[in-house]
Amino acid sequence: MAKTTSRIIKVDELARVEGEGALKLRISQGEIKDLQFRIHEPPRFFEALLRGRIYADAPDITSRICGICPVAYIMGSSQAMEDALGVRVTGPLRDLRRLVYCAEWIESHVLHVFLLHAPDFLGYQDAILISKDHPELVATALRLKKLGNRILEVIGGRAIHPVNLKVGGVHKIPSKAEVQSLAEELKWAIETSEGLVKAVSAFDFPDYSYDYNCVAMRHSDEYAICEGRLVSSKGLDIDIASFEEHFSEEHVSHSNALHGVADTGKPYLVGPIARYNLNFEQLSPLAQATAKDCGLPRMIDNPFMSIAVRMVEVLYTCQEALRLVENYEEPDAACVEITPRAGEGFGCTEAPRGICYHHYKLDDQGRITFAKIMPPTSQNQKQIERDLWGVVERYMDLSDDDLKWRCEQAIRNYDPCISCATHFLKLTVDRD
Amino acid sequence: MATAKKPRLAVWKFSSCDGCQLSLLDLEDELLTVADAVEIGFFLEATRAEVKGPYDISLVEGSVSTPHDIKRIQKVRRQSKVLITIGACATSGGIQALRNINDTDDFIKCVYAHPEYISTLETSTPICEHVKVDFELRGCPVDKYQLLEVLNAALNGRKPNIPTHSQCIECKLSGTVCVMVSKQIPCLGPVTQAGCGNICPSCNRGCYGCFGPAEAANPAALSHHLLEAGMSLEQASHFYRSFNANADAFRDESARLEELNG
Repeated sequence: MAKTTSRIIKVDELARVEGEGALKLRISQGEIKDLQFRIHEPPRFFEALLRGRIYADAPDITSRICGICPVAYIMGSSQAMEDALGVRVTGPLRDLRRLVYCAEWIESHVLHVFLLHAPDFLGYQDAILISKDHPELVATALRLKKLGNRILEVIGGRAIHPVNLKVGGVHKIPSKAEVQSLAEELKWAIETSEGLVKAVSAFDFPDYSYDYNCVAMRHSDEYAICEGRLVSSKGLDIDIASFEEHFSEEHVSHSNALHGVADTGKPYLVGPIARYNLNFEQLSPLAQATAKDCGLPRMIDNPFMSIAVRMVEVLYTCQEALRLVENYEEPDAACVEITPRAGEGFGCTEAPRGICYHHYKLDDQGRITFAKIMPPTSQNQKQIERDLWGVVERYMDLSDDDLKWRCEQAIRNYDPCISCATHFLKLTVDRD
Repeated sequence: MATAKKPRLAVWKFSSCDGCQLSLLDLEDELLTVADAVEIGFFLEATRAEVKGPYDISLVEGSVSTPHDIKRIQKVRRQSKVLITIGACATSGGIQALRNINDTDDFIKCVYAHPEYISTLETSTPICEHVKVDFELRGCPVDKYQLLEVLNAALNGRKPNIPTHSQCIECKLSGTVCVMVSKQIPCLGPVTQAGCGNICPSCNRGCYGCFGPAEAANPAALSHHLLEAGMSLEQASHFYRSFNANADAFRDESARLEELNG
């Protein structure tokens, strides 16, 4: 019998992610025999509990899918309802939505880049330990994160689960003075972010690449956040209403999260790298120039560079937020007029982690009869497993502890929001 | 370095959206001071480092919704001197407790292609239904400054200063005009515990009950006004059925309204 060296590596509870997940890996004679990325976040059945509720309840209920990116759920469900009810939100109200969404990107990205992911690149267990050696870096990150939250509070009334956003608009129009009070800190944030892109781009990125099928939204006039068509690096260009014809969900036994698959049966990538690769030219001139100066390639195929792309997006969204703040004029009405009716609607926005898709049907009283939500992390889950496979093959020679940490780092490339995906991680490496 | 032993803190997650533990990381101005006052023993969202129990203070987010959760919460209790639950999921069962009044099998079939892969309980329940809880902090999400107050109190061995009166008192104290009286906007403020900073009435919106029932709430009296203001029985029943749908006062009132609706 051939000599066997068996390794089992387990990460039972993945840290520095939002929610609960695990990884199980079995290696025999230098070959991966089994790799499972599990989501054991308990199911919460949002699509079921929405049935029978009035359309107006959807934003507040779906925001509770995720405490990190509630705006993504509020926007996606609101726009899907507006589609079903035959109304459109335009002008200053639309600008307010883009502004509050920029704030969520800033808050979520900065949280992930500095508090959750940077410790992997700098060799620390957590950001609090980084702050012992580099207090100014962590203090700057926290100030930037706080700005994201402050914008959320000014427009949305609350940072986590904002209360002022609704189907058709807002409950209360934020005053011009309140909105413009954000400008000074945003100017600081733009200058600071430029430096932080440089700092993060100088990290040592592990060697791994993949030919991703990137999927993101694209808008004719702007770097898509709130709306647009869906495009891919394989040439797809569709209306969001056709999403389900091209993408589906698989239910696998080892996970409580449904896995997203493209119609080719293959994994696809959503999130910062997908957006950057597909829509780079729509970033601001400063964001483009900073990325180039920092040596980031035009097309990124190394997922470990996602941390730098997030920081480029923070720079962009700070500029975009400042533009929206400076041009803000109070809308005439807080909300468009809505008459409940039967209908079917679709909503898709770029959550910080990638496209977040909503589809609802309403009865003639405006009650929800059908709901389908595809959060970004479930769409990325199959790709995460594929990346892990490649990373383990590339770094097989590392010790179990180092391999385990490298795998965790690879998963955190996706800023996986496991709470969202349930409908997500522990690592078990099993080497024979 | 100081040699005095710092209190060991653990943060646990059950079924939830992560928003309440995020509130801790959202204390941007106070986070590093808090982190310096304690030894973080277990806090998955923030660190991969782990110090074994026992823990002086455990913060628990999320509801009990799987068979495994029941065993896990008992283990957390055994390891914790002080156990504090944070947020609507942990204190009432959360939005996912809507399954308690519906058929869970039907819910699973609605979302998952292979119901046989799913291990879940018929109900989503608060932590206090399973183990002794030393303090419950309400909110969906919790207010970060209330969280800081509760932590501060626990670290100093005193009772936290968290009011249990209704939102109405909070509105009066801050001079926020009553949206129900002035604009006829349905509001759960009279029966909901204060603590959020009356953010909804400040946005011309009625309170929607994130902080759960206030002490000695009388929802039947409020429902009378909601119906008078033009809400249907179904709308009024649903009004109580959100993040604290499984809290006694809200659950009973929504069931009563549903029964009246027939």
